[in-house]
Amino acid sequence: MNLSYLSKKLSHSIITLFIVITINFFLFRVIPGDPFAMIAKAGTLSAEYKEELSTLYGFNGSLPIQYVKYLRQLFTFDFGLSFKYRKPVLEILGNRLMATLLLAFFAQLFAIILGTVIGTLSAAFRGKKIDVAALGFALFIYAIPAFWLGIVLLSFFSVKLGILPLNGMVVAGLSHPTTWAYIKDVVHHLVLPVFSMGLAICGGYAIIMRGSLLDVLTEDYITTARAKGLKRKDIVIKHALPNAMLPMVTIIAINLGFMVSGAIQTETVFSWPGIGRLVYEALMARDYPVLQGAFLIISLTVIIANFIADIFYGYLDPRIKYE
Amino acid sequence: MSSNINRKKVMKKGIIRFIDIFKENKMGVLGFYIIVFFLLVAFVGPLIYSYNPQEFAKGGLIAPPTKGFPLGTDDMGRSILGALIYGAKVSLMIGIFATLISVFIGTFIGIVSGFAGGKFDSVLMRITDGFMVLPKLPLIMILAALLGSSTRNIIIVLGLTGWTGTTRLVRSQTLSVKQRPFIERAVSVGAGKGYIMFRHILPNVFPLVFSNTILVAAGAILTETTLSFLGLGNPLVPSWGQILRGAFTSGAVSIGAWWYFVPAGLCVILLVLGFTLLGYSFDEILNPKLRRY
Repeated sequence: MNLSYLSKKLSHSIITLFIVITINFFLFRVIPGDPFAMIAKAGTLSAEYKEELSTLYGFNGSLPIQYVKYLRQLFTFDFGLSFKYRKPVLEILGNRLMATLLLAFFAQLFAIILGTVIGTLSAAFRGKKIDVAALGFALFIYAIPAFWLGIVLLSFFSVKLGILPLNGMVVAGLSHPTTWAYIKDVVHHLVLPVFSMGLAICGGYAIIMRGSLLDVLTEDYITTARAKGLKRKDIVIKHALPNAMLPMVTIIAINLGFMVSGAIQTETVFSWPGIGRLVYEALMARDYPVLQGAFLIISLTVIIANFIADIFYGYLDPRIKYE
Repeated sequence: MSSNINRKKVMKKGIIRFIDIFKENKMGVLGFYIIVFFLLVAFVGPLIYSYNPQEFAKGGLIAPPTKGFPLGTDDMGRSILGALIYGAKVSLMIGIFATLISVFIGTFIGIVSGFAGGKFDSVLMRITDGFMVLPKLPLIMILAALLGSSTRNIIIVLGLTGWTGTTRLVRSQTLSVKQRPFIERAVSVGAGKGYIMFRHILPNVFPLVFSNTILVAAGAILTETTLSFLGLGNPLVPSWGQILRGAFTSGAVSIGAWWYFVPAGLCVILLVLGFTLLGYSFDEILNPKLRRY
């Protein structure tokens, strides 16, 4: 991997970041409606108070001045104040981020493993019954709304069988005597959301994996391996799979946006106290500063992950530097 | 004049050949029948089973299926079956119109960017990539909340956020069509840029756009359902997502009232699956890169 590749990818990430910041800025300003309507739930605001709020939230002055001010605030990690909680947005986001990362990490891990297995089986037995079943399953999963999968699993495992908790991250109001007891409680609450979200996003991975593996299986070195009389299983797993995994790295990064969608839905259904649930709550309360901050944090995470994936890809695939 | 007749002949031949290949594609045919089924439900269903979402029905609240209400009732005593039939039209309409907007924007930017090339192209593509990376659902949620959740606004929001994939696809195809000799010939006889882009390049990228359109529609229907479930749909128009929201917020899930959320979810899955199967099968037939398998 050379420096020009690195700087190219870095500049792309920075451009994307500026697009996000600019969209975020304009979204909450140019669009019709009074941003303070929510604060003024009962009655109307006095002109002075409105003026004060405008100053506080940076809504006064001409648009270019507001934009510069907004940028300056962002670079000092000042995300403003929540309408609802009257607390700094950054503090609220920070509290929620860990819960989402915990859920997303395990769900993603589960989805990647399951998706890779299904996709590999499908491609290795192309055109056979296994392929039809695996591809059919992947397409079916792909068509399921993540929130619906959550609802159905919830109604089965938590309501009907009663073996897993209904919602939340820990039993509400329970004080845990030991750290171990706390971890056990969280894991107990984590099982269903992880399974639900992981299952919901694995379909896409399976489809990509199948296509990628089929692509690799047509290459000359596979024919050579076959001609040498190697076992079919060895050819697929040892020869084709490592190369077929390459596009997966990019897809996983690109799909992070898709994962965000899964997290919002899963967290809403299971009342998981993460960023996704926060987006939903902020939206219901029309808490725009929180929404703006959450959108920025989510986008930033996705952009950084994409950048890391690009670097990783360049490292994994030596061919990339000649392009 | 003669070239026009010739063109029609070629097109007719192509379509017949396409249908012949398509008939062999079991997945595609299945998808086709699923979509036809839901079109029938949406447009013939209301004639057989009458339902008025504004009217409070006489059923019990969240009551299990009975003879009068084959799929039970919702939290306001309305027939779930009726809402499903009514919702089919809403989901199909929103999906199709949003897709038309997305595909129109995507095709336009893709062709212009690919044909123009150079700095213009790379700037447009950077912006497209930037949009591609954006987490779509939160963006759509925020837009829907800010604009207000009328059916028209939801169509616009979904349309404005779903064009990036089409743009990428159309641009790469435009780049390859641009290199073909007939474009060079058109340039040399003095054809204008607009004429070349939309009379020569568009018909050549159209097959790919077509299969892509069907896949975009699947995504739009899924997103609309999610949006309604999250409380950002039009509450006056009962789409499938609205039914699912009702089931969730009324507590039907925690009392195990399966008739409230299982049928509506299955409808969404089936319709999305129908579009996905049809889209993939078209892609397989029309995309020359995939045909070699």
